[in-house]
Amino acid sequence: MSLSPDQVRRIATLARLAITDGQAAAYGPQISAILAHMDTLRTLNLDGVEPLTHISEATNRLDPDLPGPSLPPAALIAMAPDAMPPFVKVPKVLGDGGGA
Amino acid sequence: MSAAQHGAASAGTGECLCRIHQLNPTLNAFISVLPDPSPATSGPLTGFTVAVKDNLCFADHSNTPTTAGSRILTNYKSPFTATAVQRLIDAGATIVGKTNLDEFAMGSTGENSAFGPTRNPWDLDRIPGGSSSGSAGAVAAGLVRIALGSDTGGSIRQPAGMCGIVGLKPTYGRVSRYGLIAYASSLDQVGPMARTVADAAAALTVISGPDPLDSTCADQPVPDFTRDLDRPVEHLTIGVPRQARNEANNPDVAVALEAAIETYRSLGAAVIEVDLPHTEHGIAAYYIVALAEASSNLARFDGVRYGRRTADPKDLMDLYARSRAEGFGPEVQRRIMLGTYILSAGYYEAYYTTALKVRRLIKRDYDAAFGTPCDAILMPTSPRPAFRLGERVNDPLAMYLEDVYTVGVNLAGLPAIAFPAGFSRVGMSRLPIGMQLIGPAWQEARLLRAAQMFESATQFHTQVPPCAESDTR
Repeated sequence: MSLSPDQVRRIATLARLAITDGQAAAYGPQISAILAHMDTLRTLNLDGVEPLTHISEATNRLDPDLPGPSLPPAALIAMAPDAMPPFVKVPKVLGDGGGA
Repeated sequence: MSAAQHGAASAGTGECLCRIHQLNPTLNAFISVLPDPSPATSGPLTGFTVAVKDNLCFADHSNTPTTAGSRILTNYKSPFTATAVQRLIDAGATIVGKTNLDEFAMGSTGENSAFGPTRNPWDLDRIPGGSSSGSAGAVAAGLVRIALGSDTGGSIRQPAGMCGIVGLKPTYGRVSRYGLIAYASSLDQVGPMARTVADAAAALTVISGPDPLDSTCADQPVPDFTRDLDRPVEHLTIGVPRQARNEANNPDVAVALEAAIETYRSLGAAVIEVDLPHTEHGIAAYYIVALAEASSNLARFDGVRYGRRTADPKDLMDLYARSRAEGFGPEVQRRIMLGTYILSAGYYEAYYTTALKVRRLIKRDYDAAFGTPCDAILMPTSPRPAFRLGERVNDPLAMYLEDVYTVGVNLAGLPAIAFPAGFSRVGMSRLPIGMQLIGPAWQEARLLRAAQMFESATQFHTQVPPCAESDTR
């Protein structure tokens, strides 16, 4: 079954993507076909199989706790689309629709 | 014309830049050509011209953007340089430009770039493969001697195969990922692309090794991969998966696989059949893991600290959603939404945890195959040669299914080397066919020697694409 445009829009909202109605209609069948293929994994018997969460056998490596060079703050602030050094400017964070 | 005489194999930087200016308008392999290439220092790669995939951060002298092939990073000027790139520079290589790619390395055709598709030097109407499309095209056309690519599910090996060059995906953790713009962090690896096995070995020697800036980069000894390269692997045993002799393969790919088997037999290798029973499930497991990680990794592109920001956002949510929608192309949007869905409440177990279990089964399959025992597993890099640009853009699932021979390697974290192994004649075109050898973790030296055996016994690597041939007449 294909995801409806409304379902696609809901996913897009979660993904922080403002998609158009045309995109919602187009993505629905494509995403549904891919999910249907992913669903084929459910035909496998996975009883007793542990998820493989780390491909590497290496354990965490600790570096010496010494100060090292950092990236220059001025260069980083200069990349922000809008800034008031030393701050990055964004629209209002609190209020309708603005909060996370 | 021999490979040694071909283009960048012997060209200096000036000649290399001249060739890029001649051919890049046609190929679109480069997003940026550096007006002031890195000054060559003295080292093992002095005299090597190198291109880097534009998802590797590079703070070059001319402050060229690092774009990842995306509108959202069109003006991003990285304040730091990826470890792999820096190591090439320190070894004397001359970096001449940043190559085109599928946006954020998401794609298998090179068509998903905000900077337009790269064209295959062997047939300009066809894809070069992807996502390291520009790196493959640039090396194949002789624009540079070596290029760096990244391989998350085949993005070095598949374009190498389609462009008739060598491409090496290292063991996960062999090469630092510091400065590689992340797609799927548990799968991504940086690796070299070159016309010969020897050049790939030289580059791998330089870029490998632990890095304090990447905690997943392993503390494994790094041999000189060029040493003993010409010494054949003694008692070499090649495993050929039953699943690679697939009737869905293009007939010319099937012929090239059998020919490669015969070549190895003629070199004294034993060839046995091995079983990778979960091969067909690799695609589903790979895309679940990769897209889950991608949706998380790409959350950082939000229009706040760097990159594209939408005009006149009404609030913070609007800023995020419109900046990302305007900045990401359709394939990236599709993958982010799929990843978001997979990780959402109620679906995480069904998709993500299931995929991680299948990932373990796939790793077990490879371990069992190597325990047969065999030294390396041989199979094609893709089921068919390069197809026409635009042929499959509206069917993403069909596109994903083409990755059947490459994704398992990434899920299992293994090294693999792709090399040219034949041609398919389609109309007036000769389209390269690639094979790959897959080895146990950390066995790149043995893989390189086994690939060198094939290269020494064949002439595929000496062939030059038509656009590069006419350029040198």
